Amino acid sequence: MTALLELDGLDVAYATASGARRVVHSVSFDVQTGEVVALVGESGSGKTTTSSAVLGLLPAGGRLDAGAVRLSGTDIAGWSDRRLQGVRGARIGYIPQDPVSSLNPVRPVGVQLADTFRIHGRRDPRDIRNCVLELLERVGLDDPALRARQYPHELSGGMRQRVLIANAVALEPELVIADEPTSALDVTVQRRILDLIDELRREHGTAVLLVTHDLGVAAERAERVVVMQHGRIVEQGTTAALLDAPTEAYTRHLVADAPGLAEQPFRHPRPPIYLRDAGVAAAENPFALVASGLSKSYSLGRGREPFRAVDDVSFRVLRGTTHAIVGESGSGKTTTARIVSRFVTPDSGRVELGGTDVTQLSGAAKREFRRRVQLVYQNPFASLDPRQTVAEIIAEPLRNFAVGDRRERAVAAQRLIDRVALPADVAARRPTELSGGQRQRVAIARALALEPELVVLDEAVSALDVTVQARILELLERLQGELGLSYLFISHDLAVVRRISHSVSVMRRGRIVESGPTEQVFRAPQHDYTRELLDAVPGRKAIA
Amino acid sequence: MAYLARRTGQALLVLAIAFTATFVLLQALPGDAILIKFESPELGLSPEQIADIRASYGADVPVVQQFLHTVAGFVQGDFGYSVQYGTPVHELVGSALPDTLVLAGLGFLTAVLIAVALAFLSTLAPFAWLRQALRALPGVFVSVPVFWLGIVLIQVFSFQLRLVPVIGADPAQALILPVLTLAIPISAPLAQILARSIDEVQLSPFVAVVRAKGAGPARVLWRDVARNALLPAITIAGVLIGELIGGAVVTETVFGRAGIGRLTEQAVANQDVPVLQAIVILAALVFVLVNLAVDLVYPVLDPRLKRKAVAA
Repeated sequence: MTALLELDGLDVAYATASGARRVVHSVSFDVQTGEVVALVGESGSGKTTTSSAVLGLLPAGGRLDAGAVRLSGTDIAGWSDRRLQGVRGARIGYIPQDPVSSLNPVRPVGVQLADTFRIHGRRDPRDIRNCVLELLERVGLDDPALRARQYPHELSGGMRQRVLIANAVALEPELVIADEPTSALDVTVQRRILDLIDELRREHGTAVLLVTHDLGVAAERAERVVVMQHGRIVEQGTTAALLDAPTEAYTRHLVADAPGLAEQPFRHPRPPIYLRDAGVAAAENPFALVASGLSKSYSLGRGREPFRAVDDVSFRVLRGTTHAIVGESGSGKTTTARIVSRFVTPDSGRVELGGTDVTQLSGAAKREFRRRVQLVYQNPFASLDPRQTVAEIIAEPLRNFAVGDRRERAVAAQRLIDRVALPADVAARRPTELSGGQRQRVAIARALALEPELVVLDEAVSALDVTVQARILELLERLQGELGLSYLFISHDLAVVRRISHSVSVMRRGRIVESGPTEQVFRAPQHDYTRELLDAVPGRKAIA
Repeated sequence: MAYLARRTGQALLVLAIAFTATFVLLQALPGDAILIKFESPELGLSPEQIADIRASYGADVPVVQQFLHTVAGFVQGDFGYSVQYGTPVHELVGSALPDTLVLAGLGFLTAVLIAVALAFLSTLAPFAWLRQALRALPGVFVSVPVFWLGIVLIQVFSFQLRLVPVIGADPAQALILPVLTLAIPISAPLAQILARSIDEVQLSPFVAVVRAKGAGPARVLWRDVARNALLPAITIAGVLIGELIGGAVVTETVFGRAGIGRLTEQAVANQDVPVLQAIVILAALVFVLVNLAVDLVYPVLDPRLKRKAVAA
């Protein structure tokens, strides 16, 4: 039996200023009818380039150098754009990564869906309209007639992704290429979207090529997994065999670093030395941070209920431990982090840092407070000044607070670079010359420069590849042990939270629905929402 | 509604500032229209007589009083009398306006057509070298001086090719070259913005989705890219109306056409303050109206702005 899709020795190169650079090296794998194959790799592995090559939609400058793309036995690799137009949409559907930017913002979604039919020769407007409404209903959108009239910005991310899925399956193609279809979505939405793809696949026997960085998603949804690294296939096989007994070192790494898959012990706070002596314990305040009854509302304009971003939120961070706030987008976790770091003033409630009330600080006192709380942001590409050298970036907090002279600050920067395990020679380089993981190390070093009591990590590892993520988490743990740091760890990713935190608060719609020691919350969740979140984590078998 | 009221308030403020700034600048110039007209030795007027004339024009009262007087006049629709011609300003402007409106309107329309054609062709043209050449054209256009372009066009089309008569042309024929002269420099920045914004939109993920549905390049460009790419170009178009006024001055002078541009040129040469004052206000009014129109068109083209505009 011929495979539905068969890639054979595929080579892809990009034209660059210094000549062609090959990014995909003799990639061969196949997808059988009705099968889900996951193409797994980190950023830069060539997985997206490979999937674009199947559709003949390589970005400008991309070129298919060698190899065949056989669709049911016919090689379409050399086909002209015009000939491929008959294949795209009709025989191969495509689901993109980011639902927010993947729909035309100025046309109603119904019109965009109707286009798919018109492109492939359907003419009768009434027939098309019926098909569109039926499709919207099938992908689980309520009130299809209303949805069809709405513009993309009027729909949520999950709804837009449903529209895009409808778009991909409109003409009942034999194969759907899903390029990171859920990476931009919340976990609970991700789960429903993946379920939907599964369901549509079962109904029509559509094969799916699932391109993903998330081994958890692959493990849960795919029958076979193809692992790519640096443009080459490292290993491929059935999902169970590959995950249970990976033969290649890189696959083993990937499996070990995938936060959702690995079995790791829970972290338990080790009581600090002073707490072991009851007398001292009574005298000392054991909490680095105490937040009580925080609330913050934003006005939505006249005549409308104000939006309660944070609603009566209380939590405590024990000295030398990590407290995680976990929640989906819009849960209020970032606003909470901004209140704690005093960028937002709460309407009510109080924040105590090391026993002193810092809620109402202003002016010089607030500036002094910045020495004690430092932040690490999500995006290491945007949070570092591209014009400064790494040494300047790390020394900047010291300069701002006039700590030491120029030479002492340079020495301090060098020491911090060493502390976050970066090679000494990065000091003179600029952020653009560094990888994402290295940049995040620089951001951490900068946060440590003033020896703060509390570091607020706002989605600090979310933008990183899993292997890089694992190294940064190890670094954070080591620094905590060495320096006795306290972390407030804001994240949407339960698997990461499970790995790094001692205690956890689960937030939803501005409120904390459940909190407690990480092990207790993960093993015996009390609230329905916590259970739903936990169930939605891909590859969740290993998490509890 | 509140939005329109606020915009109108802003527009009035702009007009008031433009009015005051013109008044101050014209007062700051050495000499004035009365001196230019009556001081020439041939008239043989004595300084006392000139002083009398100045008094009759109201030029001897303090500046602040003059200002208030002019403002009061403008508010009542009385623009005063031209010092040079002695005719009411509104008559002068009124007779010059239709010609210029036709010229400017056609010029702008042609500029938009040229810009859209260039931008789209430079995206769709079949050969890479052709696309490159079309991309380079606006750069050439933008660096062409208007007066020089006018002269070259007359040379080539009237004297060499004899396509458009210089003398005895009917009104329509007489418009062709001035309109082109006015349009080409304005089309250049428009074409550049439009081409760049087409390139940008072409790279957005939703275009990849449309292409993955099997749409061809022309369909993608017309149905999905064009409207998104127009948005920044429209903003620029509003700003370019200002260019149009400056361009009209030069074009009308080069082609010897009557109109606001010509009137402006003469009023500047004679320091005919009442005329200049009226023209500046007229220009500011056009500018404000066009930009208001642009802001009102925006939400129509981009549904994302609809709710904001209403809420504001």
